[in-house]
Amino acid sequence: MAHAPTTPAPGKYYVPHGSPWPFFGSVTLFILMAGAALTVEHTRGGPLLLGAGLALLFTLFFFWFGTVIRENQAGVYNLQVDRSFRMGMSWFIFSEVMFFAAFFGALFYARTLALPWLSGEGAKHLTNLLLWKGFEGGWPTNGPAALGPRGDGSFETIPALGVPLVNTMILLSSGVTITIAHHALRAGHRGVLKLFLAATFLLGFVFVYLQAGEYHHAYTELGLTLGTGIYGSTFFMLTGFHGLHVTIGAIMLTVIWLRVMRGHFTPERHFAFEGVAWYWHFVDVVWLGLYLFVYWL
Amino acid sequence: MAHADTHAHDDHHEHKPSGIGRWLFATNHKDIGTMYLVFALGMFFLGGAMALLIRLELFKPGMQYFDPQFYNSLVTTHALVMIFGAVMPAFVGLANWMIPMQIGAPDMALPRMNNYSFWILPFAFTLLLSSFATAGGGPAGGWTLYPPLSLQGGTSFPLTIFAIHLMGASSIMGAINVIVTIMNMRAPGMTLLKLPLFCWTWLITAYLLIAVMPVLAGAVTMLLTDHFFGTSFFNPAGGGDPVMFQHIFWFFGHPEVYILILPAFGIVSEIIPTFSRKPLFGYDAMVYATASIAFLSFIVWAHHMFTVGMPLAGQMFFMLSTMLIAVPTGVKVFNWTTTMWRGSLSFEPPMLFALAFLFLFTIGGFSGLMLAIAPADFQYQDTYFVVAHFHYVLVPGAVFAIMAGVYFWLPKWTGHMYDMALAKWHFWLSSISVNVLFFPQHFLGLAGMPRRIPDYNTQFTDWNMVSSVGGLVFGVSQLLFVWVIVKCVSSGERATDKVWSDAMPLGLEWTLPSPAPYHSFEDAPEVK
Repeated sequence: MAHAPTTPAPGKYYVPHGSPWPFFGSVTLFILMAGAALTVEHTRGGPLLLGAGLALLFTLFFFWFGTVIRENQAGVYNLQVDRSFRMGMSWFIFSEVMFFAAFFGALFYARTLALPWLSGEGAKHLTNLLLWKGFEGGWPTNGPAALGPRGDGSFETIPALGVPLVNTMILLSSGVTITIAHHALRAGHRGVLKLFLAATFLLGFVFVYLQAGEYHHAYTELGLTLGTGIYGSTFFMLTGFHGLHVTIGAIMLTVIWLRVMRGHFTPERHFAFEGVAWYWHFVDVVWLGLYLFVYWL
Repeated sequence: MAHADTHAHDDHHEHKPSGIGRWLFATNHKDIGTMYLVFALGMFFLGGAMALLIRLELFKPGMQYFDPQFYNSLVTTHALVMIFGAVMPAFVGLANWMIPMQIGAPDMALPRMNNYSFWILPFAFTLLLSSFATAGGGPAGGWTLYPPLSLQGGTSFPLTIFAIHLMGASSIMGAINVIVTIMNMRAPGMTLLKLPLFCWTWLITAYLLIAVMPVLAGAVTMLLTDHFFGTSFFNPAGGGDPVMFQHIFWFFGHPEVYILILPAFGIVSEIIPTFSRKPLFGYDAMVYATASIAFLSFIVWAHHMFTVGMPLAGQMFFMLSTMLIAVPTGVKVFNWTTTMWRGSLSFEPPMLFALAFLFLFTIGGFSGLMLAIAPADFQYQDTYFVVAHFHYVLVPGAVFAIMAGVYFWLPKWTGHMYDMALAKWHFWLSSISVNVLFFPQHFLGLAGMPRRIPDYNTQFTDWNMVSSVGGLVFGVSQLLFVWVIVKCVSSGERATDKVWSDAMPLGLEWTLPSPAPYHSFEDAPEVK
């Protein structure tokens, strides 16, 4: 709201003034979700509502974060607030880890339990005999009914040693560049900071670009889609949500870079930079899990 | 930390923002807590009305009032409304009000996110309940959303999924706020093992929430993509497995059960010592018991699925790990009882509700032990015995603890004492009728009456009639609760700072004036 922030004396509690953005954000989420529900139901007006929701979401981020950045620059946040932000960001990242855990769990369950059972392993001989006679499981698979876009039910996978390996290198390098940028920020070397932070988000966008190319390849040439049985489901949901997180992370890095260009952050106080760096390392680690369990094994 | 810094216009500490903006744009923990509590009360009555409709249909055998589809929607939305709309928001409301006051802070650590997590809820429930107006009606596959049944819903299906996403986001934000507040905003000297038990149990609950709400989000996202985008997570034809949904769901669902009860443990642990005029027996043991329950809650989930089929080793593991939970829970019940031993007891409304909690929750705990025994569970699965079990832990368990908490702290919030006689009427009517309502359901279940079916064999008629009468009395009795609160907000004898001055209220909240100031502690109190 319109009240000018005042600078607190050190050691005082900080309580922010009221803000319209949380309420605005709730309306936004309502429009977004209602739009999504109507869109998947093919109801007229659904995509329009969904688009409006997305536009409002970006408006929300722009103004809410804008307020926080201005307050931060005005020096309203003391060290206790800084600690609150750090803890909040860490637990948010932990909740994201658990979100991915659900999909990794689905992958492991399907591979180690569901598919062997469908193939008649253990006490499930009759399941195989009566329902899916002759199905032998294995991995990769699109299931006993060989679901997928191709008429003969065949599909190919993306080999781990091609673009995915390049993408692994890209993400690992971006982890190095952001660390160099962080050290530069702490040492007060703004030039190095700007350069390596830019390198980080550029690597992120290159990753997304290559990943999008792989998706296109999979859909048009490999017969590998979301509908290609359990392999396609786990492959696209895991890599898709990861790709979404890389995109979000790269946008966050870009915003941080713009703030650096405007002279924000000091060697001592730069929570926003660190929060984004943690997030970036998180998408990095998730990718290593993906590379290992989705592409490689 | 000298005193709270707000903004220029808030410097005078009793200055409250005025008009609708105070609520829409709120950052104050008390305002947000009040909104949570009022919302929860509204949803409690909405979910209660649905329950009464269910009991109406079940009063007599045969199909009386609703078609089965609508009956199933009532069962499904009753559960979602009560869990995500009534009990959880009520606990978050109490946390908002009490945690800053109990740890000596001016407010919650992240006040704007606090408001966000509240305001998402009314919109989420609008989304969920609007499905009743769509073709095919409300969600009717049960709150557990098992595929393939849940995938057969109409427009209600995506609306339910997206509503659950919003509720999950709200819960995660609320949980992050609780953790950060407790870890970062405690007054100097308030070490972790001096933390009031309500804060402790909420802290552990918040960890559970952050760990499992995202898993629920993942599970319902898989349902969504299976339905609309051709994935095969739960479709054996593509190599998936519908049972996998149940595993992922209950990995969320079982910790969720403790999310609904741990804060209740905390409230009861505050009330029983006060009205026994003795400190809590075994404080440290209570903390460790709570943590053990939380840990165990992650490794028991498949006891919800014994009849689904799983390897023998799995059944053994989940049966034994479930029974293990009785140990820390037993520690808690023992410590509450021992706190009262040779205490100087008095029976004000909060104590009455806490005592009813102690006895009736324990009944629910025991029937839970019966259900944990895999071979016996084959018999109980999907019968009214299960319904009786979880309603015992949730209604005279969680809901009674919430009411006990409200009766305990209400004078601190409003500055007035409430009508004790009326509150005792509320207590006696509720605690008698709740047993009339749910106890016969044990008999019905053991005799084989299935749950989630609108009709039943005539042999079950008598106990169903008794149960429905109990339900009606319980529902109507809750109007007394509203009346007591409304009267207390506007009038009543002035409450002292200690409120229960002739008892032994411990804790920082009782050092504040009644009603508590807008920003709880402007000066950090010294905790010895």
